[in-house]
Amino acid sequence: MPPIPTESATARIQPNATAPELIRNFCIIAHIDHGKSTLADRMLQLTGVVQPRDMRAQYLDRMDIERERGITIKSQAVRMPWAVTGEDGTETPHALHMIDTPGHVDFTYEVSRSLAACEGAVLLVDAAQGIEAQTLANLYLAMENDLEIIPVLNKIDLPAAQPDKYAEELAHLVGGDPSDVLKVSGKTGEGVEALLDKIVATVPAPTGDADAPARAMIFDSVYDTYRGVVTYVRVVDGDLNPRERIVMMSTRAQHELLEIGVHSPDATPTKGLGVGEVGYLITGVKDVRQSKVGDTVTNAHKPADTALAGYDDPKPMVFSGLYPIDGSDYPALREALDKLKLNDAALNYEPETSVALGFGFRVGFLGLLHLEIVRERLEREFNLDLISTAPNVIYDVTMEDGEEVKVTNPSEFPTGKIGEVREPVVRATILTPSEFVGTVMGLCTDRRGQMQGMDYLSEDRVEIRYTLPLAEIVFDFFDQLKSRTRGYASLDYEPSGDQAADLVKVDILLQGDQVDAFSAIVHRDKAYDYGVLMTGKLKEIIPRQQFEVPVQAAIGARVIARETVRAMRKDVLAKCYGGDISRKRKLLEKQKEGKKRMKNIGSVEVPKDAFIAALSSDPSSGKDKKK
Amino acid sequence: MPALPDGLPMPGDGALPAWVGTARPGGTERSDPHGHASHATPAPGDGGDPRGVVPAAGGAQDAPRGRRRFGVYVHVPFCSVRCGYCDFNTYTAAELGGGASQVAYADTALREVGLAGKVLADVGLPERSVSTVFFGGGTPTMLPAGDLARILDGIRGAWGLEPGAEVTTEANPDSVTPSSLERLASAGFTRVSFGMQSAVPHVLATLERTHDPARIPDVVRWARDAGLRVSLDLIYGTPGESLADWRTSLETVIATGVDHVSAYALVVEPGTKMAAQVRRGQLTLPDEDDQAAKYELADELLTAAGLGWYEVSNWARTADDACRHNLAYWRGNDWWGIGPGAHSYVAAAATPAPAVATSATSDGGGPGGGVVPAAGPPDDDGEARAGVRWWNVKHPRRYAAALEAGGSPGAGRELLTPDEAYLERVMLGVRLAEGLELAVLRPAGRHAVAGLVARGLLDGPAALGAGERPARAVLTLRGRLLADAVVRELTA
Repeated sequence: MPPIPTESATARIQPNATAPELIRNFCIIAHIDHGKSTLADRMLQLTGVVQPRDMRAQYLDRMDIERERGITIKSQAVRMPWAVTGEDGTETPHALHMIDTPGHVDFTYEVSRSLAACEGAVLLVDAAQGIEAQTLANLYLAMENDLEIIPVLNKIDLPAAQPDKYAEELAHLVGGDPSDVLKVSGKTGEGVEALLDKIVATVPAPTGDADAPARAMIFDSVYDTYRGVVTYVRVVDGDLNPRERIVMMSTRAQHELLEIGVHSPDATPTKGLGVGEVGYLITGVKDVRQSKVGDTVTNAHKPADTALAGYDDPKPMVFSGLYPIDGSDYPALREALDKLKLNDAALNYEPETSVALGFGFRVGFLGLLHLEIVRERLEREFNLDLISTAPNVIYDVTMEDGEEVKVTNPSEFPTGKIGEVREPVVRATILTPSEFVGTVMGLCTDRRGQMQGMDYLSEDRVEIRYTLPLAEIVFDFFDQLKSRTRGYASLDYEPSGDQAADLVKVDILLQGDQVDAFSAIVHRDKAYDYGVLMTGKLKEIIPRQQFEVPVQAAIGARVIARETVRAMRKDVLAKCYGGDISRKRKLLEKQKEGKKRMKNIGSVEVPKDAFIAALSSDPSSGKDKKK
Repeated sequence: MPALPDGLPMPGDGALPAWVGTARPGGTERSDPHGHASHATPAPGDGGDPRGVVPAAGGAQDAPRGRRRFGVYVHVPFCSVRCGYCDFNTYTAAELGGGASQVAYADTALREVGLAGKVLADVGLPERSVSTVFFGGGTPTMLPAGDLARILDGIRGAWGLEPGAEVTTEANPDSVTPSSLERLASAGFTRVSFGMQSAVPHVLATLERTHDPARIPDVVRWARDAGLRVSLDLIYGTPGESLADWRTSLETVIATGVDHVSAYALVVEPGTKMAAQVRRGQLTLPDEDDQAAKYELADELLTAAGLGWYEVSNWARTADDACRHNLAYWRGNDWWGIGPGAHSYVAAAATPAPAVATSATSDGGGPGGGVVPAAGPPDDDGEARAGVRWWNVKHPRRYAAALEAGGSPGAGRELLTPDEAYLERVMLGVRLAEGLELAVLRPAGRHAVAGLVARGLLDGPAALGAGERPARAVLTLRGRLLADAVVRELTA
């Protein structure tokens, strides 16, 4: 029999009636594809909270995109019973809370809040691939939160698994002996029971003051169409009970607790949550902004004096303009963004107009993955066809007269005498097989990186640390890194302030008219390359007009690159006799219909598709072409 | 070969919509689609138009009052070999698996002539004789001259030929002899159009044309000796053709002294052998600049030799040398196309209009002169219709089978709305040197004229009504090369 607690033992681990020493809160830190969701599936089965007939793969991943991409975007918390038999033969029931964290760097802040809700972390690493940079980043976060780390190698059933090699790497990272590294297979279930036992044995039980005023930390909040906002909390002190009035300590907003409970894995209302317990609250609010990750929940009648540490507003790092391809979809785009915002506190946007693209929104994202996910959800769940402009970061521009301008859109870059431009920089950690060290360093240097250090994790794996401008990373750094290291290198980065840089705005002009969608803020040394690249690309894409069209790149009034779209000389069907007339008329009707998909920049007609092509095609391939 | 258009199903008996035959008010301006054409007809001996323009002959003013002119096209879908660039509806004997349909073709075509006479009479159209006949292909001269003569006799029998009717056949330079040309002339043919394409052997080889270019002066002379008017057809922009090659072809043509030349830019149609060769990289197409340069050279040399343009791709020495059959297409006259894949067109009977604007002095925005009814008679669905166009099944065997079964070989048809007819009217009318009366244009089109004149695409004096002609849209040389853009703007 699997160690699922007996009925009498189960009584000892009822929500709001479980002694803290019987609670274990843990998370799983893993890289995308390293098998976290599959391992979680096995745990759900072994602990009996999901019956075999209800089981489906990646049970906890709710959104289609999560399941398809195999990544977790919103975290989850599941309560599972697990009994261990002591040396004296007595069986002790435990309540395990597994907190499923987002795995990606874009969500570092959310990850750190999830980690703060735990006492232990399972460090899950693919036994065929070894640790990746993002995992390393989350491991650092876990260690900073003083979590007990349980190193585990997954997928040991794979023929390519090298458990001994990677056990050594993990032991080197977290300390301890390679033999302490557990070896499991989420797929077959091998070693998972031992892992659950180890969690009970080594993860510290939560501590907290049961008699103090209630304090619970929000580590996630999710919008649910039927129930409104579902807020995930970890109770630190005191307890929360149904029908109480609660206060959000950052905003002082009061709400009534309509429902409180645990997920096991489906939502189960309980009589409350006590010290150390993890569960959910429903207050009837409709917007996740009213239930902010990191905030502290307390009781309105007996409020705590101080909030739990660590609250921080999510700050967008990357901006991009999103435009509907069909201008009449603009209201639908607004509505869709409003809906996504209910579930995504980090998403913010404001209306923006572009000469080339029409009406759209400038949207701030946590990072590139966040951008991709939002865009994909807009297109898939809301059926919108979108153009997104090249992502950019925030620049702080100080004019010579001391005026300060914050630039989130290149076309807002001020003209006039500029004193200083500051750009955000990140601390980047790149893990790569040692054979690519030179390649990676070359790429980082090319992207204005400053090397901070380098360590060998094992004989053939190297960690390289760089300070890099974020703008360089949001461009195509990741793609370049992957392609130059045959996909082996991994990247993690976190913001580390800003720096002054010699940045200029390059405008692209069609017949003297600026095309705002193509303006870019680039380092002065790269301005010429960008100008040549974009003018060359547009020359290929813009159809010939009845007149010659100069395509220029300019810094202010100074033209740095120029191409010419030559005038069209011939646009006539030579033969047009009786049998040609229908076909010819239909062709003209089609062409006239096609004109509706044209945008006019001054008197130049450009198909919208051309803008999309110019914005979306891989910038690096264009760069190579010109040589 | 080009796919047939998508259309509505054709009635089994080929009957036309009733609105085609609704009594046309005899003798009004409205019923004469070309009241304006008298302005375009040159005085005898007026050869020297300053712009090198040959005003087109055959204006409808000499058509019987109260009737739209009527032409007959006969498609002969046979060739001895298929040329690599050709996408016409034509077949070699081998492709047809024996020559049976070719031998019987005259009989089959005559069945359709019979059907045509009946259908037009049944719908109530007044009797009218045929003003032009055109045999095209394929290679009409693949048929014995006697077969062509028999088909022409059938047409004559069904409707009668107008006095001075134009009867043209296309011909391959290597499929005619002095005697075959004489036989055609004596059967009533008045004009022959030779598919010369080029005078340069390597260009002909790329086109897979089999004739010997050295024969050209001879066949032109034979045809003229037989009393036939002669046209030479050229193709420019063949892969590998240099500007010098093209000049050679033009000079060869001019040296024959012909009075009519057609010159077409090569269009590589999908599905042809040449399209495959281009796709595989065996042939490289010239760019549009090259084609434009060649068009300009053609216009320059032909004009200098005394042949003026009267349509974008056609040049003639005098108005009488223009191809009246083709002019009828561009002017929107009625025609019946006999043969597999052939298209036909019959305009709707015009609804009586109390005041019809046919001159530029009218300020009406609606279509005035020309063939576009202000609002055609309604079809069964209540929508106004301006005309009906239909097309026959493409394959000779299916074509023959339909006729043998006593039905129509029509594969589909379209009932043109006033908007569609308007677009066609502008699209076709603007191709002509005589131009399109501005009165025909809707307000948006008239508004666009100024910009087109400013950009040098339309002739300024013509747009102002200079020379006491009604104001009209006449393409400049540059405008001819950008005619489609001009049409889009005029119909925006």
